[in-house]
Amino acid sequence: MTPTAPSSNSGPPDPDIAISVRNLRVNYGDREILHGINFNVRTGETMVILGGSGSGKSTLLRALAGLERPVGGEIWIRGRNFITMSERERDKLRMKMGMSFQSGALFGSMTVGENVALPLQENTNLDPSTIEIMVRLKLDQVGLSGFENYIPAQLSGGMKKRAAIARALAMDPEILFFDEPSAGLDPIIAAGIDELILKLKNTFQISMLVVTHELASAFLIADRMILIDKGNIAINGTPAELRASANARVRQFLDRVPEPEVDDEIDYLQMLTGETPPPRR
Amino acid sequence: MFMEAIGESTVSGLAYLGNLAGLTFGSARAILIDPFRGRKLRLSRAIHQAMTIGVEAIPIVSLISFFVGTILALQGAYQLRKLGAMQLIAAAVAIIVTRELGPLMTAIIVIGRSGSAFAAEIGTMKVNEELDALETMALDPVHFLVAPKFLAMAFMMPCLTIWADFVGVCGGGSFGVLFAGFTWGRYFQATLQSLVLRDIITGLIKSVLFGFVITAVGCQEGLSAKLSPEEVGRATTSAVVKSIFLVIAVDLIFTALFYFTAPQ
Repeated sequence: MTPTAPSSNSGPPDPDIAISVRNLRVNYGDREILHGINFNVRTGETMVILGGSGSGKSTLLRALAGLERPVGGEIWIRGRNFITMSERERDKLRMKMGMSFQSGALFGSMTVGENVALPLQENTNLDPSTIEIMVRLKLDQVGLSGFENYIPAQLSGGMKKRAAIARALAMDPEILFFDEPSAGLDPIIAAGIDELILKLKNTFQISMLVVTHELASAFLIADRMILIDKGNIAINGTPAELRASANARVRQFLDRVPEPEVDDEIDYLQMLTGETPPPRR
Repeated sequence: MFMEAIGESTVSGLAYLGNLAGLTFGSARAILIDPFRGRKLRLSRAIHQAMTIGVEAIPIVSLISFFVGTILALQGAYQLRKLGAMQLIAAAVAIIVTRELGPLMTAIIVIGRSGSAFAAEIGTMKVNEELDALETMALDPVHFLVAPKFLAMAFMMPCLTIWADFVGVCGGGSFGVLFAGFTWGRYFQATLQSLVLRDIITGLIKSVLFGFVITAVGCQEGLSAKLSPEEVGRATTSAVVKSIFLVIAVDLIFTALFYFTAPQ
């Protein structure tokens, strides 16, 4: 068992475990996307979730953020069962979690400053002048000082990601989720986002879960890595353990070996989903 | 097979009405109860919505109501002059505008301007993951997005309807003054004599209900849009068609209710 594999007991995990996922199963309609995922993220640790398109890695992140309802298993966040808790308790816990979406998901009708201020205005009783100072501070942390009054449409892709990270940081979260933080960015801008994630990790000791398929980014920022393949964990280990792994799927992913050509469309579907297709009529 | 299809349509129709009711009650709770439990309602958003729904609609509501009032007078005169009762034009226009066409035409305009905009706005936010972002910030999309629209609509629909009633009467008056021998003073006097408070109040009650229907349908269509730009277009069209149908259905029910409960 790896040091961060979840305990098989039910009940809360060790206090130094920020996130514990146990036998998590998530469906889209009738189709099972995640087939029983298990892993732990320690406090202050950066866990990178790798996987190809359609592997279920974004679904896993959405389930952890409470955006997908699992059909089975448990999610423990900061020692509390995230699935069985009441909506009010879940909202309280969410205030200690931040999420940066792949598209940024900034509110297009608000300025960057208003976007960052929103969680503070809605979830705290801070006066407007304090919120204004905090917004400037958060934007400064992500390198966007002076952009308070810009609307998202006026920002470049990298700046939008930074603004989204500033908004995710607004409530001083203990856990941060990143969905494809460097997707769609040129290598220089992507490297800037990696640097920002490293800075947040070293400065604030936030537990981070990063979903990506960018290998260079993943190896740079990860303390531990998971490779999701067809809704299962193919490997859970440190970057060095992944590099040394002889697992065929891990090797294929890290060495960028393409899938074999599949002529039959049902075989192709099976290859993508890992499911046995229904018999032909 | 046919009966099965009818059964399925009925169940999905009832489920849709259930969703609209859920959205309406969720918003009512956000407006009436949550502020006392420490969850603020963003009044600034409601005021912004009220400006868009109400104030910005005044020119088009005025124009259409004026035309409708004039058309009513023309159609009324076509029959009344055969009876030699042209002096009844003012009463006919006043009653039809305040009880029926003022609220209905206002609702149709608001559906086109605001109901469709609600569906497009919320649908686009869904496609851009903005609704997910709200949830991760512990913000309920109904509380944050839908409730201010209900509040704005509850205030602005009666205001717009009163204005539409007045302009509609003026539209009828323009015909009365130009072609039926009225003066403006006599036309308004005849209008006021023919109206009872109940006519105006029933129209205003209907306008509030229409506002709730338009908001609920527009927001529901946006919230249930699927994740592609084409689906946002589909949600917008669907919001307009369903709102028009439901507004007319609600109109029929309440007009019948007012008729059968009216003092003889």
